[in-house]
Formats: sequence, structure tokens, C-alpha cells
Amino acid sequence: MLILTCPHCGVTAEETELALGGEAHLKRYGPGDSDEQFEAYMFARKNPKGVHFERWRHAYGCGKWFIAARCTVTLEVFGTYPAQTARPPADLLAAIRAKRPSADLSDWDAATPEDAQ
Amino acid sequence: MSARLSRGGRLIDRTKPLSFRFDGRTMTGFAGDTLAASLLANDQMLVGRSFKYHRPRGIVASGPEEPNALVGLGEGARFEPNQRATTTETFDGLTAISQNRWPTLDLDVGAVNDALARFLPAGFYYKMFIHPRPFWKHVYEPFIRQSAGLGRVPQGGDADRYEQAYAFCDLLVAGGGIAGLTAALAGARAGQRVILLEQAAHWGGRAPVDGAAIDGQPAADWVAGTVAALAAMPNVTMRLRTQVTGLYDHGYALAGERIADHTPGDGRPRQRLWRIRAGMTVVAAGAIERPLSFAGNDLPGVMLAGAVRDFVVNWAISPGDRTVIVTNNDDAYRTALALLDAGLVVPAVIDARASVTGALPQAVRARGVRVLEGRAVAKVKGGKRVAGVAICAQAGQGAVLEEIGCDAVAMSGGWSPAVHLWSHCGGKLVWDETRSMFRPDPARPPTGDAGQPIAVTAGAASGALTAADVLADAHAAAGGQGPAPSAAADDEAPMEPVWIMPQGAGPALKAKMWLDYQNDVKVSDVQLAAREGYESVEHTKRYTTLGMATDQGKLSNINGLAVLSDALHQPIPATGTTTFRPPYTPLTLGAIGGEARGEIFQPLRRTPIHDWHQAHGVEWEPVGLWRRPFCYRRPGESSHEAVNREVRNTRERLGLLDASTLGKLVVKGPDAGRFLDMLYTNLMSTLPVGKCRYGLMCSDNGFLIDDGVVARLTEDTWLCHTTTGGADRIHAHMEDWLQCEWWDWKVHVANLTEQFAQVAVVGPEARRLLEKLGGMDVSKAALPFMTWAEGRLAGIPARVFRISFSGELSYEVAIPASRGAEFWEACVAAGAEFGLMPYGTECLHVLRAEKGFIMIGDETDGTVIPQDLGLGWAISKKKADYLGKRAQERSHMADPARWRLVGLETLDGSVLPEGAYAVAEGTNANGQRLTQGRVTSTYFSPTLGRGIAMGLVRHGPDRMGEVLDFPTVGGKVVQARIVDQVFYDREGAKQDV
Amino acid sequence: MSEPQSALPGRRAAGFATVAEAGLQGMITLRGDLASPVLAAAVQQATGCAMPGPRRIVQAGDRAAAWMSPDELLLILPHADAPGAATALQAALAGEHALVAEVSDARAMFAVTGDKAVQALAKLFPVDFAAMEPDEIRRSRMAQVAAALWQAAPGDWRIVCFRSVAAYAFGLLDNAVRPGSELTA
Repeated sequence: MLILTCPHCGVTAEETELALGGEAHLKRYGPGDSDEQFEAYMFARKNPKGVHFERWRHAYGCGKWFIAARCTVTLEVFGTYPAQTARPPADLLAAIRAKRPSADLSDWDAATPEDAQ
Repeated sequence: MSARLSRGGRLIDRTKPLSFRFDGRTMTGFAGDTLAASLLANDQMLVGRSFKYHRPRGIVASGPEEPNALVGLGEGARFEPNQRATTTETFDGLTAISQNRWPTLDLDVGAVNDALARFLPAGFYYKMFIHPRPFWKHVYEPFIRQSAGLGRVPQGGDADRYEQAYAFCDLLVAGGGIAGLTAALAGARAGQRVILLEQAAHWGGRAPVDGAAIDGQPAADWVAGTVAALAAMPNVTMRLRTQVTGLYDHGYALAGERIADHTPGDGRPRQRLWRIRAGMTVVAAGAIERPLSFAGNDLPGVMLAGAVRDFVVNWAISPGDRTVIVTNNDDAYRTALALLDAGLVVPAVIDARASVTGALPQAVRARGVRVLEGRAVAKVKGGKRVAGVAICAQAGQGAVLEEIGCDAVAMSGGWSPAVHLWSHCGGKLVWDETRSMFRPDPARPPTGDAGQPIAVTAGAASGALTAADVLADAHAAAGGQGPAPSAAADDEAPMEPVWIMPQGAGPALKAKMWLDYQNDVKVSDVQLAAREGYESVEHTKRYTTLGMATDQGKLSNINGLAVLSDALHQPIPATGTTTFRPPYTPLTLGAIGGEARGEIFQPLRRTPIHDWHQAHGVEWEPVGLWRRPFCYRRPGESSHEAVNREVRNTRERLGLLDASTLGKLVVKGPDAGRFLDMLYTNLMSTLPVGKCRYGLMCSDNGFLIDDGVVARLTEDTWLCHTTTGGADRIHAHMEDWLQCEWWDWKVHVANLTEQFAQVAVVGPEARRLLEKLGGMDVSKAALPFMTWAEGRLAGIPARVFRISFSGELSYEVAIPASRGAEFWEACVAAGAEFGLMPYGTECLHVLRAEKGFIMIGDETDGTVIPQDLGLGWAISKKKADYLGKRAQERSHMADPARWRLVGLETLDGSVLPEGAYAVAEGTNANGQRLTQGRVTSTYFSPTLGRGIAMGLVRHGPDRMGEVLDFPTVGGKVVQARIVDQVFYDREGAKQDV
Repeated sequence: MSEPQSALPGRRAAGFATVAEAGLQGMITLRGDLASPVLAAAVQQATGCAMPGPRRIVQAGDRAAAWMSPDELLLILPHADAPGAATALQAALAGEHALVAEVSDARAMFAVTGDKAVQALAKLFPVDFAAMEPDEIRRSRMAQVAAALWQAAPGDWRIVCFRSVAAYAFGLLDNAVRPGSELTA
């Protein structure tokens, strides 16, 4: 059973105190966007063997959403950070790259989302 | 025959004799006995029957690895099957029965299977019971069901109580032998928070039995001193009778504590499940001795050499006057010495090794015991107990050289580290060729949340098999500072792997060599599986059932995979092990359930008016975890009659509904209106203060997830009512979007569902009741339909909403929960003159269905969009966006052929069955009738005196007047006409008065 | 006119620790910017308590201010004072983006007291009590329901849960303190 540290209140909570919210950093598509964009947003989910970013809510605690970067194979948790961000913190990405040089973090290669476009 | 020795027994208290019963016979034992020891003391060598062949079975081990000695323990509400006699403490009054035999243990009819054994090899069931097909249901399945299962299922409730507890530590030590004690002490001295758990009722494990000397003291004295030292340290918690059963992700461990198994009925919980979070777990679980595979190795009286030693030293048990020892290693000679020390006879030690010259064998020789080198057991002689052994050359095919009479055989095939806990969470193993064992690979431990190792093994669990090695390994495992406790180095000669005995045994012998005693898997079965193509050890396991019994193959797995490797002509590591899965030993369902029984099985949510309902004939309906009144039955009334009465009374006079469970979410802030416009399909930002509006909420996937009335409280505050089941879910939904998508919007949400009791006052007399309670102007002019007002009613602070879910004149009154019962009772008292009756959820459903109002969960099922339900009027065309808008534009969502809501009226006035489907012409690819609609809500309407229903029908609203066929269970077809779903007061005149 | 009723008026159980329903307790949920001096002043005014740090509770007589999340406090005060205090807070925070809601009746409160009280709690909460600070409030799970707990004084625990599950919560605690089920002597 996993333990994760909530970055909002600092409690290291066990899995039963948390609620999983699926893949993190989805960009919402809505009216005016194409069927393909909407389909990808609504249904296409990553299922990596390795580093994954996922949403968790400290449901039985402070109630806040955060994001955990976790290895789906070893369950190693590289870090947690508040959900109020469009991309993982740079220092966390650097730490993951150092630990898992082969991890696919290409979504976050560019310094900012704007640069990526 | 086995018996109690007159002297010795380090764990028993001869001043405390005990009386117990086994299969109805009264026997005696001593305090400190295990049931296995007590049974042997009474010469009860036959303790059970094997699962498949009903072979006679005796005690083979002395600990949790025991496969044979399973008994039904206790009586009545404390009966429990499949309890291991070797880990059951004997207590005065204990009752046990043997299993898998009929009519008696001695005279068992099922034993005929043994005579047929050559016709019942591995895979027999798969091969036999497949043809002819029709036999399966009526012949084979009943037969298999009859013979399946081990032990008797307890009947009725469990008299005991159970609980769970959480614990946290830096160092969890699993096992209280000398390795565990050493590791615990090392960790504790370094200031770590240590939890030390031992499955047995005593500390020290095997070392005192083996006669080791530690730091110059006898092992037992060293153990006592170390236990005392640990007990005095405030950072150490120690528990006996507590088995660590599993190690899981991120250092989570489960342990089962047997608190009152040996003191039943003393008022304490019987068992406690510990849920432990440990920084590091030291697996000091010891090692398990392996049987040797020789013909007849399953007869009662054939025991593991280490177990024989335990029984002699710990419990003063003689396994018989004459015990032959069969071994491939030096350790078994310790058993010879223990037997000799107890004054018993060891006619010979049969050693498979060609040359035996170690210190221990020499010591045994010096006591005058024959040591037969390069020899093997050709066959054990005897029926229900050992009578002797026939001896042959290990290198040969089994030609008998000699026979020796004996009462018992002590066998040792070497030791396997108990690696289970290490392996549960991913720790890897290596094959140790010199000692023929899988042992933990320290370089590949299970890892935790930071990628760090979460387990280390200590002592025999690491593969260290001598006291000196055990102590050094355990000290290092816990990061001990300074010197480790020391023991004299044992001079043991190397063991020699022996997987079958003799090595050239033919089919007849191999068919009598047991690997898995409980499930009756023999060497011949594993070899057959290999011949039939089962190359994976996991497949062989399932085909033969090797290791699938309640002991999970603790004795059989290594021998079995060695035999498989040999049959496949590959080295043992190439075969590998099966997966080690928790629990190590069984946990009771009682412990897993913990305190969750009876009244506290699950939270049951009660409204502030719960007790009044209970006292007034309520019939409860579970709605999520809530209990809501379904109806209130009067004496002599059926539920159906009560509901009809409640409906008629509410339509004609006055009804009262406890609506406290409705969700009440306050949404406040400068961006609250904008937020609600995104959440609801219609506009909420334009709702004037003081007014109410019905709203729909969809997921971003377009589907309808909740509905309710929204009231605007102030310029920047809205109160959103949700469905009963939606309160927590919609609250979470709001927080999700606010925190994860629109985190820069200034909105706060608070869930005030339970702050208020809410009472719906419904019916033509509703206004008169509120006027009588007094305090607020509730006239149509002051409080028109779809508005709200705040004030006091009957002196109680109240917020009154003019909303209606019934089509009647209706007020929903919110009062503080602490005064909810008071307000309800005030209404009941004041309402008597208006004919007030309380009504329940079923009446509510009928009232809303008569009006054609949808219900989330009836008309919706996660695949329905508001447009399907004719709720287009509640979808804003002006908004650029709301959750679900884009999804509702997808081609399938906009398809005119979607099933849409209509009313359904049976031609004969009957009530349509719930969930019935309307069939269409033709069949699908599977030959099933095509469908064109289904019933979503169906009730008897007392108002109309007939059945009414709503349903979703393809092109439904365009097909008014058409008649559909609804086949019902049993073949009858009910016909119903498509009509408008508003069955009553279509103009809405009654609610707006 | 009758008195306002708590969820389980007067319910008590005695085992190796004592469990008592603590009666009606005034409570106010305050959501807003906890760094705001205006908010801090309003909290001080309502409770006499300074702004609590993360996961801390500041207690002053029969009042307290507890940190519930980065933007939420729970203010505790006598039940009869809660409506007035809520109105006053509302007024004091008129210019702030803040939400004030009285939640007194949405909750049930229990006192679990005695030297071994923590042993009963360790059966129900997945919480490392040895690592908890004396002035810490912990929101967690009590068996199957959400609950918050803190110490009013050493060994004098307070538990708050939703009112609807008060009977379940009491049942859990009653069961957990039964004599003979101590975790350690």
C-alpha cells in the first residue's frame, strides 16, 4: 500500500487516505476544438511502464489535489507537487532524469509550454 | 509408539496438566504444549487424511510449515477448520476433530482412492471429466463438489470479536529467534523504533534446541537475557504469537496476533490484525527443513529431523523407542544426539553421502550409532504408522540391502531459507549451488517509496545455517555497531543435494514418493506433467496442485521444482520458483474484517429525524450509506398500501418528507457565477438573488451526473442542492475543477449538507401548516414559486424554498440540524388538523413519476445526456462552454436515433416490470432479439389508478401513440403505448398556487 | 420550546479509556487567504486565538482555531455563540475573498480520555501518534469515516466527525476501549 506526502499539508498519508485521479497534466479541449483533439483529451491515456504523472487527492485529509511522479514498475515516488500547475517542477524533472535516464519525459523537454508550440 | 518422556521438555510446565479432547477422546497434556506435542504424548500419531487419496497422515513438522496435522478446532460458534496442530497451543478444555475422513479417522471409506491411486494421476480431473459433455452438469460437477474442500465450514456466527491496529516503526523484525533478537537489539541500541514480532508463544527459535552457546552462555540463557534487555528499552515493542504474514508496497506489513486463541471466551479480542508501516523490515523468519523423497515418506511416524529434535527437547516427546535418521547433511546428526541424550535408540543414520566424516557424525558414531554411508531408504514399511525401513544404495535403483525395524523416521533433505516475506514485494533470489538453496540476493532487495531497500534478511533466512553465521549476519543486517554476539563456529561438512532416493528409483517407488503431503502430489505426478509438456513451474504447479494446499508448499516447493528441473534436463535456477504471495500463513477472515461487524460493519448515516422515523413504523430504504424512510406502515398495512395512502394524502391533503439527505453546497466568490455556468448546463450567473432555478450537471464526457435546485443567496453566494447520493461526489467534482483546472478563479465551496435538516411540506394544505407554525409570510405574493426566504418558523431559524418535486404546493424548509427533530415534531403536531402524514421515498418516487420528473440513477445510468431526457430547455444555447458541451456535439451524441424519454402506458393498466426492454423486429449477430427501448421508472399510480412508466425509446418523442412490446420473464409480453411522460397536472397549476 | 440536540446527547462508554459525546459545539468553517492580516484579525476577534500554523490548533479557553487546509480554518467556540460569531466574521471579512459558514450542527464531537486513550485511537486511525505534536490537529480516516483529532490536553483527545455517522463513530470508540483489548499493559 502506497504512501505519498501531500505537498499542501505535509502529511505522509497512506493510500487509504487518498483518492487517485488518473493521469495528470491533461489539457482540456472544449467547444471549437476538433473531434481528434477532444477524443485525445477525453479518452487517450498514457500507460507507461516507468515514470508516470498522476493526480491524487488527499481526500481524508486537507482535501487538496496534488500530483505524484511515480514509477509504475517499482512504485518509487520521485516527488509530489500541488496540482495548480501545467507542468512538473523543473527540479523534479531534473531529478527524474538523473535517476532514470531512459525515462520518456519528452512532453516536458521544452522549458515552457509556450516554447513547445 | 510416541509418548511423553519422564524428564525434560524446556517449554512445558509439568505442574500444570491439561485435559483436552481429540475426536471425542479425552487426552491430557501440559501447559506449554502445542496440540501436536499433546497428540504425540498420547500416541496419536495418525492425525488426519490426505486430500485426494485419503492416506493416513501424521505430524511431520513442528511449526507453521506443517502440511498434515490440520484439525477442526473448537465447537459451535467457535469452530474453525484447518488449524495446524503444530501452532495451536493446548489449553484446558480444547476440542479438536480430525478432517477429511468418514466415518472415522481410523476407518476411512475414502481411503479406497488410495487403492485406485494409479488411476488418479495428475491432471486426472481435466482428462476424465471433459467427456461426454452433458455429464458435466448432472454427474461430474455434483461429484466433484461433494469431494471438494478440506474441513467443515463453520455454521452460524462467530462468537469472538476481532480488531485491527496501526503501528509505525523504523525497524520491523519478523521473527524472534536468535537472529531476530540480535537484529532488534542492534537496531534498538542505535536508537531506532523497533517492533519485534514472533509467531510462537516463546522467544529464541531453534537455537536453544540445537544447543548453541552464545557469548559463552547456553542459548536459552542468552535468549532470556536479550529479551529482558529489549523489554527494558522504551523504543522497543515486542509481541509473541504474532505472525508477520506479508510485506507490501512502501514498507507496509501485515501481522496477525493470536491474542485469545488459547484462552477462548476470556473477553479479549480473539485476534488482532496489525497494519504496520516500517522503514526497514528485517526478515528473520528462519529456514524450513526439506523432506527427502523416498517411497513411503508420508507414513505417520516419518517426520522432519528438526521437528523430531524440537519435540524431544521442547516438549519431552519420544517419537518412538527406535528412530532411524535419513539425511544428506550433518545437521540431522543433532537429532540423533538429542534422541540419544533422551535415552532413546537410534538404530542407524542413513546418509546419502558417500563419505561422512564431519564432527557431528563422528560424535554420533562415538555414541555407538551405525552411520550407513551412501545409503538410502528404499521404502518405509508400515500401514498407519512406521514399522521399519528397507535400506538400499543411494546410487542404485532400490535393491534392498537390509531392513531395520523402527517406530519413527527422522529425515532431512537440507534447509531452505524462509524467503517468503523477502519475496512478497519483489526481493530477488539466487540459487546457492553449494548449499542447494534459493537464498535472498542482497543486491536486489524489495524497494520502497524512495527507491530504497525496505527489507533485509537476517540469520537462517539469509542462508546462514550455523549459530555463528546467524549472529554475525543478523547483527550486520540491522547495522549493528561493535562486535556481534558470538558463537563457536560449527564444523559442518557440506550437504549433498538429494532430490529422489535412491537416485535410480523406478516408477513403482516414485509413485510412492510424496512431494506435497496435503494435496497428494508425488514425484511421479511432476514427472508426468513434465512429459505432458508443462515446462513452466507455474503451470506444473496448477496442473499437479503442487504447493496449492493450505500450507502453500512450504515443504514441497523446492523438492518439486528440483524434480521438475531434472525431468526437463535443466538446472534448478532455469526452472525458478513459483511466485511467493502473502499471506505466509493464513489470516482469518475475522481478523481481516476486524471491528467491522454488526452495528459497526459500515457507517450508517442517520438524519437528525432518524429516531422519530424509527418510532413511527418506518420501513427503511438504504440510499448509499443513508437510511431513508421508504414508507411508514400502519398496523395491518402492506408496504404497497402504505405508499398508496401516502401518495393520495399528499395529493389531497398534506405530506411531510425528511429531505435532510439532499446535498447542500455553498459556492461563494467573485467567480462563483462564472464557475456555476461552467458546471451547470444552464445559466446560474443570471439567477436573481432570492430566486431558485433547477439545474443539470454533466461530466465533461457529456453525460448527466446530477441535478438539483440552485438558490442564489447573495450577490456572490449560491446554494446548490444535489441529489442524496451526489452530495459528496459533486462536492469533490467542484473541488476537482477548481483546484486542477481553474485554480486562478476566486471561488470557495463548502459542503453544508449536514448542517441542516430539511423538511419538505407538501400538499394543498402546506401553506396553512406553515402559517399555523407562524413567523414568516409564506403567501404566494411574498414567497412565489421558485423563490426562497429566510426567517423563523415555530421559533426556529429557517430557510424556506418554494420548490416542488411532486407537482403540489410545496415548501422545503431547512433548519439547523440540532433542531431538525424539534421542527419535524412541531409540523406533525400542528399538521394533525390538516390531515398531515409523513411520507417516504417510494411515495416521493411515485409523485415525481406522475409528474414526469426524472430521477438521477433511474432515468440516467452514465450513458444518458440531458437531450435524451427532453431537457433541452435546461441547456443554455448562449453559453460558449460548459462541462459536457463539446462532448454533446459528438456525432453519436447528436444522433437523432438515440433513445429518448417518453411516458409508457400499459394497455391493460398493469405495472411494467422494472428494466424491461421493448423489442424490435429482427435479431442481432448472436441471435438475440433487437431492442428499441427500455423502462427506466415504473410504478403503480394511485392517483390515476393504473401503472405508469417512463422509458427511453428510439425516436420516442416522435412516436406518440405507438404500441411497443415488452417481453417479460416467463415469456409473457406486456404492451404499452408511448405517451407524454407528464401523467398528472400537465399545466403545473397545482404547484403554483 | 425544546433545546437544540447534539447527535448522541449524553452518550458515554468507559473501558480502558473513557469515551463521551462532547455535546453541541459551535464550529465555523472559514475559507480564505490565511496570510491575510484582515483574516487573522477576524479570527483573533472571534476566538481569541492567533492564526494557527499548518496542521496546528491554537486553543484559548473554550475557543480554538484549527488549520484544516492551506485555505481553510475551523473555528471552535460555544454553540450558542456560533451564529453571532459567524455574522460578525462575515462583516469583518466583507472586503476579502472568504467564505464563512456555520457548521456546528454538521458535526459530532467526542472526547476520548485516559492514559491509554491513544491505544484506542491507534486501532482506528492510520496515524503515527508517536510522531504527532501536542498542538497538532490531524485530519484522517477513523475506520471508514473521515475524522479530525487533536489533544485538548495531554491524554485528552477530541474527535470530530460528521453528525450523520455519530452513532457509527461512537460504536467504533466504544468497541476500541473495551477492557482486555489494550494494546500494551
